[in-house]
Amino acid sequence: MDNNKMVVSSSPHIRSIESVQSVMTDVLIALFPAALMAVLLFGYQALITMVISVATAMLAEALWLRKRDIYSDGSAAVTGLLFAMVLPPSPPWWLVVVGAASAIIIGKQVFGGIGYNIFNPALVGRAVVVMSWGGHLVGRVWSQPQPFAFTADISAVTTATPLSGQEEALAVSLTNLFIGSAPGCLGETSALALLLGAAWLFYKGHIDLRIPGGFIGVVFVMGAVFGGGFYGGALTTGLFHVLAGGVMLGALFMATDMVTTPVTTKGKLIFGIGCGIITMMIRLWGTSPEGVTYAILLMNAVTPIIDNFTVPQQFGGVKKSA
Amino acid sequence: MGSAVFKGGIHPDYHKEITASMAVSKMKAPSTVVIPLQQHIGAPCEPLDGIEEGVRVKMGQKIADSSGFVSAPIHASVSGTIKTIGAYNHPLGRPVKAITIESDEQEEWDEKVKPPGNIDDLSPDDLRKIIREAGIVGLGGATFPAHVKLSPPPEKKIDCVVINGAECEPYLTADHRIMLEKPEEIIYGLKLMIKALGAEKGVIGIEENKADAISVMEQAVAGEENITVAPLHTKYPQGAEKMLILVTTGRKVPSGGLPLDIGVVNHNVGTAVAITNAVREGKPLIERVVTITGSGINKPANLLIRVGTLVSDVIEVCGGLKEDTRKLITGGPMMGLAQPNADMPVIKGTSGILALTDQDVYIAESSPCIRCAKCVEACPVQLLPTSIAQAAEHDLFKKAEKLHAMDCFECGCCSYVCPSKIPLTQWIRVAKAEIAKANKK
Ligand code: SF4
Ligand code: SF4
Repeated sequence: MDNNKMVVSSSPHIRSIESVQSVMTDVLIALFPAALMAVLLFGYQALITMVISVATAMLAEALWLRKRDIYSDGSAAVTGLLFAMVLPPSPPWWLVVVGAASAIIIGKQVFGGIGYNIFNPALVGRAVVVMSWGGHLVGRVWSQPQPFAFTADISAVTTATPLSGQEEALAVSLTNLFIGSAPGCLGETSALALLLGAAWLFYKGHIDLRIPGGFIGVVFVMGAVFGGGFYGGALTTGLFHVLAGGVMLGALFMATDMVTTPVTTKGKLIFGIGCGIITMMIRLWGTSPEGVTYAILLMNAVTPIIDNFTVPQQFGGVKKSA
Repeated sequence: MGSAVFKGGIHPDYHKEITASMAVSKMKAPSTVVIPLQQHIGAPCEPLDGIEEGVRVKMGQKIADSSGFVSAPIHASVSGTIKTIGAYNHPLGRPVKAITIESDEQEEWDEKVKPPGNIDDLSPDDLRKIIREAGIVGLGGATFPAHVKLSPPPEKKIDCVVINGAECEPYLTADHRIMLEKPEEIIYGLKLMIKALGAEKGVIGIEENKADAISVMEQAVAGEENITVAPLHTKYPQGAEKMLILVTTGRKVPSGGLPLDIGVVNHNVGTAVAITNAVREGKPLIERVVTITGSGINKPANLLIRVGTLVSDVIEVCGGLKEDTRKLITGGPMMGLAQPNADMPVIKGTSGILALTDQDVYIAESSPCIRCAKCVEACPVQLLPTSIAQAAEHDLFKKAEKLHAMDCFECGCCSYVCPSKIPLTQWIRVAKAEIAKANKK
């Protein structure tokens, strides 16, 4: 036996086959139904937006890190796709480029790269473009979906989102909101597609139901209690708040971003509930019709504190009276 | 039963099919054995008077002992002549004083090895003495002297003995085979423990992936009103002391405490058989069942091996190692120790010899933590491995201690699941060592 070739390392000696890349690829797979739905509803323009965003994000990361492997761990592609999903379906191409690059560089790399960023990079990208070119993202800029019309120019007819007012809200049925046939961000409209993707992530063990559960639960309850019941009753109004706008996308894919959310089980529930409360406070009593982005970014900021205060009781341990 | 669960844990590939159906065969005693004087947790032994180079010893003869209570004597595993007494490689890392005996192939038992008489007349103290003198330690790998566990302080009332047949480490099948082949000895050993402790009942926990062992053991306990078999979910580390006791008795060993604090003593199935052999036949612990397996072993097997047999001799009997073997491990893949070579003896705690080839050896650079919390979910004692490891990396050992680093029993689940391949267990081990050092001062 050749003794020199033996690897002497610390236990355990076997590892799961999961890697950062495989996890990120799973997230991309999970986003596929929503991406497909976006193309079905908004046509080729949605496809172009997604391609530009993903390509820019991957390129920005590869350039910043001076890496040749453009896919690498897959996290930049995820950020790029998520960023596209929180844009209108057909924004100007330069806005997509600037936003996706900001997501990677300001949202992630300046903090030290993957694992070190505090805020959800895709939402940082969105905050940047909303602040700089709000005219393209606020108001009556939202395309009407044109199902199965791949080549249609969807930018011709624009309207406001169902969240902008009661009239707009009542114009869409719960069924349409669930399937996704409503004006809104490219990837946020179809609850069905998002749920399908999230089911995959749950099956692979990449998300914990406490975050989306807490988030969606609170939105429903607050929508039902404080929503004024305008949407055909308290419960349906609660449901409306869950299905309209970015709650589904936010709760299932943004608030479950691993890096920027708590690692403790209790912390995850608190995070989800916090997101729900802030979202609804903005929607119901704020100046802006939608609050998901800022709710998640705010909760991102307090994530380290949440983790610190929710250290679990170890096996067989007893609570110390503080 | 079988419904109780512990939080956390993992489901690795078990690879037990390699050796599970292979009956234990006796490996021929080697021409030379190297017997370390420390094969247990506690005080090391010293050679007895008259045990010197050139002296002839008989099989089963006690050759080294210690006056410490937490210790276990050492016996000759062959008859023959002592060649040297000196430091030799040891599976635990540093070389340890060892007695090398050249076998005369006579296999002559020491006169003292004989049945101690009517077993029913033996008092709990007699039993403990016999078990101590037989040098029995925990054969699951922990190597804690068995008689110490059977001597709880008088204020601790023990009512339940838990026998560990979980064998949750991947690859290993030694305990599985013992359960299939020696059920009567296991039950008998368990009854002796119950008697020594004045306990009321016994329970044998077995993972459900060993259905044949469960049915054999169930048959063996039929008619015993105070002994039951508990089928357990197949999940690593089901056989870890705290997890096993929780799922078989519903009791939680307190943090920093011992099973006896909650009225439980636990022993491995192999230990139960060793106790039976010691009490019924007076035989000291000079051999044990070892699983030799893994992608790097040409002829995997479950072998009954004399303590002190060199790992290299064992591997030779198993057809040698494959060309591309990259890792040699004593014990299982989750908690075993990687060895630089095979020039070291099988000791009382060696449950397995595992050789892994290139394809099974994971060498990858770690990347930054993506805070996926998989380590948190996997930790069976509910720690935050990522936070403790990070504290350790930054020399923040006070913080690591606050995060209960000392409760970590190094099961390896956190490192196993980490997608960033961070050696979490290793970092936590560093933290534990530093905390222990600081607390000693
Ligand atoms: S090695 Fe320690 S910290 Fe890691 S999972 Fe096991 S007990 Fe928990
Ligand atoms: S499993 Fe690894 S990557 Fe995930 S939180 Fe733990 S240390 Fe971080």
